Amino acid sequence: MKTSTHPTQADASLPSPTRQEHDRAPKPTTPPTPPLIKRVGAPAATGATHALLVLWALLSTVPLLWALISAFKDNRELFGNPWQLPSTWHADNFTRAWSRASIGDYFVNTLIVVLGSLVLTMVLGSMVAYVLARFTFPGCRLIYYAFVAGMAFPVVLALVPLFFVVKNLGLLGSYHGMILVYTAYALPFTVFFLTSFFRTLPTAVAEAALIDGASQEAIFFRVMLPMAKPGLLSVGIFNFLGMWNQYLLPVALNTDRDKYVLSQGLANLASQQGYEADWSALFAGLVIAAVPVIGLYLALQRRIQAGLTVGMLK
Amino acid sequence: MNHGKTRIILLFLALPLALYGALVVSPYAQAFSISLTSWSGFTADKPFVGFDNFQRLFQDPDFWQALGHNGLLLLVVPLVTIALGLFFAAMLNVGGSDGKVAGVRGSALYRRVYFLPHILPVVITAILWQFIYNPQIGLLNGGLDAIGLGGLAHTWLGDPAVALWSLIAVMVWAGVGFYVVLFSAAMQSIPRDIFEAAELDGAGRFQTLTRITLPLLRESVQVAWIYLGIHALDAFALFMVLTPTGGPDNSTMVLSQYLYLSAFGNGKFGYATAIGVMLSLLSLLLTALTFRGSRDKNTIEF
Repeated sequence: MKTSTHPTQADASLPSPTRQEHDRAPKPTTPPTPPLIKRVGAPAATGATHALLVLWALLSTVPLLWALISAFKDNRELFGNPWQLPSTWHADNFTRAWSRASIGDYFVNTLIVVLGSLVLTMVLGSMVAYVLARFTFPGCRLIYYAFVAGMAFPVVLALVPLFFVVKNLGLLGSYHGMILVYTAYALPFTVFFLTSFFRTLPTAVAEAALIDGASQEAIFFRVMLPMAKPGLLSVGIFNFLGMWNQYLLPVALNTDRDKYVLSQGLANLASQQGYEADWSALFAGLVIAAVPVIGLYLALQRRIQAGLTVGMLK
Repeated sequence: MNHGKTRIILLFLALPLALYGALVVSPYAQAFSISLTSWSGFTADKPFVGFDNFQRLFQDPDFWQALGHNGLLLLVVPLVTIALGLFFAAMLNVGGSDGKVAGVRGSALYRRVYFLPHILPVVITAILWQFIYNPQIGLLNGGLDAIGLGGLAHTWLGDPAVALWSLIAVMVWAGVGFYVVLFSAAMQSIPRDIFEAAELDGAGRFQTLTRITLPLLRESVQVAWIYLGIHALDAFALFMVLTPTGGPDNSTMVLSQYLYLSAFGNGKFGYATAIGVMLSLLSLLLTALTFRGSRDKNTIEF
């Protein structure tokens, strides 16, 4: 099942009888009831329905707006009425969060770890997926199922042994250690998804290139990878959000305070808040951490919804 | 076709398999053997104790309490999230008043807005709600005060009676939008003529919903159930941030958190891993049960 690729199309493509009904309608604000349907008390139900839809929309947005506005208040105002706008908008909360509360460092750490892991995951994942999709060889099913099984177990089960594996490799609290671990745990889904994607791609071009004397590796990088772009993009978005979100792995393995990622650093800051703490900077830090994800979502809304839901329906 | 095949297979598999083997397969495999030891983490040898850890688990009231909380999450979170998701998806896709097979006005915008909480990183959601629930600066108590319901104010995360429910509310809040989008997609893949045929046969809107739309969504609901169930069995980040020590009187302790605190807080690595094994068995069981429950029925294809 292909998901969310055409949500708005369907909104527009009303079936023809309804559309005609609509065209004859006198007033668009109160849509008419199509005569085919016997509906008792429908207008009231619609009103209540709309109220519920609006209510949930408010529930979804008001907490975010409140956090955004609070990020501009000073500490004294924060302890006042939560519904009041700040008397002066304190943009300095953001500079304080960025430098004094180390959010800037955490942000950079997160970028390094997430982007590093993302690139490595996509490269390694598509290599494995391609080989599994295109060739049969002894052990290929075993390898495929080993990756699929990796999705079935909760990561917490591996946490204790993983801690010691990483420790013994001397990789605790290091960028490259985190990148390797993030990548390893992103591989199962990436391989699973891309294998089925590569299977759907036509091989005629690849075979023609092979006859022309191109090496298998060149075919992969020059022919197959470009063809797999839509799949790579979906799984890439999925992985990016998952990695930006990651908390369990860094909290156990990223033991060096200077290397904290955003989720970890923010959680740590939040847990140390007391009465004299810099709440407004923490709100600002929250906003800073949320902005890339929300920005990405607003820019690529459709793709993200598709990328996230596609993970479930395959 | 086979030219260079062996080389590319070896070349492309070597590094990913080494990485996956060392950091994923081996830790999972080790977990099962560590769960049979009383390892404290800092000795070279891991004293083998057989099934002692599991025996102790079954007599550990904290374990049962955490398991009970996971059980409650497993029951409530999927039920409420799926019900709300189905309801909103139905309103947005087939609940429009200018024809039963269309969505309400602005349904695309609603979907976009509902999805926002889901897109937030879990830790940000958790801290945000920590603020909202905060008795001094929080939005919730302030809001209740503002509309004259100040008597309902609580220390939401500090009161054992409401703490777990406060966390459940956050899980639902963050989840619903995703399932609205998921179920919307599924509803839109139902061919329009099915609705039109039902309409001609005189089916009302409610009948169409209960007799056509919902039965055809069975598969999506089932997937959602597994996903939410696995989520409810984990829930680590949310619980660790909102109630780092398991809440007042352990009232919000869940298994993943109990595992983490036993291992990295108390150095009981063998015991903690046994919790992990139990947790994994539960999630495998959940998946198996859900799939089994529906295997006899035919898949619907359009």
